[in-house]
Amino acid sequence: MSAADVPGPKALSARQVTWRRRMASAGRTWKEFQRHRSGVAGLCVLVIFVLVAIFAPVLANPEGLLRTKATGAVLAGPTSTYWLGTDEAGRSVLTLLIFGARVSLLVGLFATVISMLLGTVIGIASGFLGGWIGGLLYRLTEWFLVIPFVPLALVLATLLGSSLYTVGFVIGVTSWPGTALLIRAQTLSIKNRPYMERARVLGAGNRHQMSKHILPNVMPMVFANTTLTVAGAILAETTLSFLGLGDPSRVSWGTMLDSAFNNGALTLGAWWYLFPPGICVILVVLSFTLVGQALEEVFNPRLRDR
Amino acid sequence: MSELLELRDLSVTYRTRAGDMPAVRGVTMSVASGQSVGIAGESGCGKSTLASTVLRLQPKNARVDGTVLVNGQDVQTMRWGHLRALRWAQAAMVFQGALHSLNPVQRVGDQIAEPIRLHDPSVGKTEAASRVGELLEEVGLPAARARSYPHQFSGGQKQRIMIAMALACRPQLIVADEPTTALDVMVQAQVLGVLTDLVRDLGLGLLLISHDLSVLGTTCDRVLVMYAGRVVEEGPGSGLFDRPLHPYGGALAAAFPRVGDPVARFAPIGLPGDPPDPRSLPSGCAFHPRCALATAECTTMDPPLEPHAGDRKVACLHADDDRDMKLLLGQRVAAAGEAAR
Amino acid sequence: MSTPIDLAPYEPESAPVVQGDGPQRPSRAATWRWFGQKVAGSAGTLAFIVVLNFFLFRVINPHPERTLARGRATTPAQIQAVIEKYGLNQPLPKQFVIYLKNIATLDFGDSYQYSQPVRTLMLDRLWPTVVLVGTSTVLSIVVGLWIGTIAAWNRGRKFDKISTASTITLYSMPEWWLGLLLFSAFATGLGPIPRMFPIGRLITPGINPWSLDGVIDQAWHLVLPVLTLTLAYLAEYSLIMRSALLDEMGEDYLLTSRAKGLRDVLVRRRHATRNALLPVVTLVSLNLGFIVSGAITVETVFSIPGLGLLTTDALRIPDIPMLQGTFFVFSAAVVFANLVSNLLYGWLDPRVRV
Repeated sequence: MSAADVPGPKALSARQVTWRRRMASAGRTWKEFQRHRSGVAGLCVLVIFVLVAIFAPVLANPEGLLRTKATGAVLAGPTSTYWLGTDEAGRSVLTLLIFGARVSLLVGLFATVISMLLGTVIGIASGFLGGWIGGLLYRLTEWFLVIPFVPLALVLATLLGSSLYTVGFVIGVTSWPGTALLIRAQTLSIKNRPYMERARVLGAGNRHQMSKHILPNVMPMVFANTTLTVAGAILAETTLSFLGLGDPSRVSWGTMLDSAFNNGALTLGAWWYLFPPGICVILVVLSFTLVGQALEEVFNPRLRDR
Repeated sequence: MSELLELRDLSVTYRTRAGDMPAVRGVTMSVASGQSVGIAGESGCGKSTLASTVLRLQPKNARVDGTVLVNGQDVQTMRWGHLRALRWAQAAMVFQGALHSLNPVQRVGDQIAEPIRLHDPSVGKTEAASRVGELLEEVGLPAARARSYPHQFSGGQKQRIMIAMALACRPQLIVADEPTTALDVMVQAQVLGVLTDLVRDLGLGLLLISHDLSVLGTTCDRVLVMYAGRVVEEGPGSGLFDRPLHPYGGALAAAFPRVGDPVARFAPIGLPGDPPDPRSLPSGCAFHPRCALATAECTTMDPPLEPHAGDRKVACLHADDDRDMKLLLGQRVAAAGEAAR
Repeated sequence: MSTPIDLAPYEPESAPVVQGDGPQRPSRAATWRWFGQKVAGSAGTLAFIVVLNFFLFRVINPHPERTLARGRATTPAQIQAVIEKYGLNQPLPKQFVIYLKNIATLDFGDSYQYSQPVRTLMLDRLWPTVVLVGTSTVLSIVVGLWIGTIAAWNRGRKFDKISTASTITLYSMPEWWLGLLLFSAFATGLGPIPRMFPIGRLITPGINPWSLDGVIDQAWHLVLPVLTLTLAYLAEYSLIMRSALLDEMGEDYLLTSRAKGLRDVLVRRRHATRNALLPVVTLVSLNLGFIVSGAITVETVFSIPGLGLLTTDALRIPDIPMLQGTFFVFSAAVVFANLVSNLLYGWLDPRVRV
């Protein structure tokens, strides 16, 4: 057999090469991430909460959420049947807590998606496009950044009503500026790098440059920022629910605290109703924050020695 | 003439997670009053580390063995208060390029005045200000610019401000660590001119560190060449590079382009290979892997620094070899390098 | 044998050239121009808020006459009167002009709940909020920066580890929940902890607020709310300061200072810490809205009769004019605070003034 007859290694298509490269890069990122113990700890806690949220109907009886079917004593302390006591309607606080995880996490995620989409698009656009569009978008970002969250969220929630989705929408629409500024700064620094110039010379239009070059390069930052945004969104949902703007037909950790507050849990000293939802919020937010910080360090080695 | 600076068998080792890194290995040298001494070598040869020991500014993880004497006082073991009084008042440093060595949010006049008022609290504000003005004029800047901020100056001007600052407390010794790096050639010459004139006029001692031979050859009375933490050659400034005795010195000199010499235009620049990793130094003479004259002996024996004719010192087993032979071998190395390219 | 190159200096020493550095220091004109830019920027933001306010309450709201008349007018004639009063039958641009005139005098109409002008109510409730927010902000800045500084100096050691863990936890906590915690622990009493503080409100009924007893009483009522807000705010300041100082500690100019003979403590204080304040000021000014949000929620928890409680009470009906008024006031306050911190930054860092 001559050399020409022996089949050589199959040539990989461009897509396959890119896929392998991305997988390898992701693997390296994961390895590096594992070195941050706090981030790994946070990730574990998050996984637990997500599992609890997903398997809520298995872990607790969904009928326990119905006020009409409540059988426990009103605002009673923990007993062997009701491990975390009962609320003002006699429902098990533990059941509420488990199902509340769903709403808190869902709304947080929904709000984050909106916030990240808005923030990334506006951030890249305002950083990349010069002229009046870029300038206007930048001004808009700065303006929205200044407006305080709670007053604006209260107004929007009042005008739009309180359902799961409006709450998520409100949070998303008020938290995009932070992300937008960050992405804009990244875009500005990438915009003038040599490979961007090369793309321009080769004839790439604005849209191509933004989507095929800038976006992949800001993605690590976006990723790290997303986890921190979720943390903020969950805190925001809890606050809005506490102020009475949460979805009345659903239970979230925030609405639990709102009910507790409004039904005298404070004066009665019903700590089983007041503490657990707050502790859950702290745990989830803390975990997201730790993971986010660890990711930031992974993607930006300059931060590592802190 | 008293010795302003004396290093006796100085060794500095960095303790790192990956092991001990010897940066300086057994250096003995001195600088006398009114004398300028230069230290030449590639990056990583230990010259900056050496400079940092003069004022005990070496990093915390550096272990210092041997003695560093400034005006006869042991800098490394003296009491803290004593050291702070010595810093700047007896010996001062001029740092590199003033890139980030100046506080960006403080006026330069205040930065120059700071050590003055620190070392003599009786000096009032106006007195300090007039001294600052004098210092600025000595380095060729108008006194009114004391109220400007560092970012309002060019690189060469910032370097001259560093020089003015170093002279603030009238030290007797100046250690200049790469003062002309990151400056273009013209400005470099100007800054060096300022430095050497002041040293001469004020009778100071100067220790000048640089990787740039043109700088050292024209400025210094004596030059030491360092390689891998050791001094491999020592001699009078200009003479050393005209007639180097150590192969490394020769390589450094050969690497320096001679404008106007047609033969030199076609000679290759540079020595093949890289400086050794301080954590795993070659056995015997550290230079032997890159040396054209290396023999078996060189791999086992680390040659000591020995005096030679003409007020020179060399650390090489082949220092006495025929000079033409060395030139010939040097050219062969050069030609081999050229062919390899 | 070639001779060493000898270059003559290219700037004659007798006439040093400034080399196009421009003015010799940030000129007065440049500084004023920068100042003007900052003020104009804030004015622009305020204008945007005014427009946004209008947009939210008139444009999004399809029947403003109903919400404006709610609770009082019922007959078509009365509704028509409301329409006339607020000019709701005029074209939108004209409405905007009327709105602008009203805003200039902070006239937001009458509150539904209290049937009094919103402006009067806000003025009445202003003082408790100012005291609460002012005290907490000052305390949290001082304590937070101090903790962050010490943590950075002792990086990796016990103080750092404990303080960083605590501040990150505080930062992950809703500030009002911390208030609930402190309330139940120290006001209503939990288990062995005795009831030490009053259960809300600003003053015990019957005491003259201006007497010495009254002042002490009010201060006592404010202890828990102030403590809550201070703890909540200081977490962020501490984390940011630590981070900024660690960044600053690697800078070369600190080596120069030590070489000059400055004691380490002074090197830190005079140079590193002061320069680390710059990014702190920037980052903090980005989060001034957080202060306002905290005030609103904590006042609610402790029933402090300030602007924050006014806002959350307004959610009940909803009391639209009140919401509009408080939204504007809070936003304007944050814009103003932002301007102050921008100017402060410019004073600290002369590089931005050019």
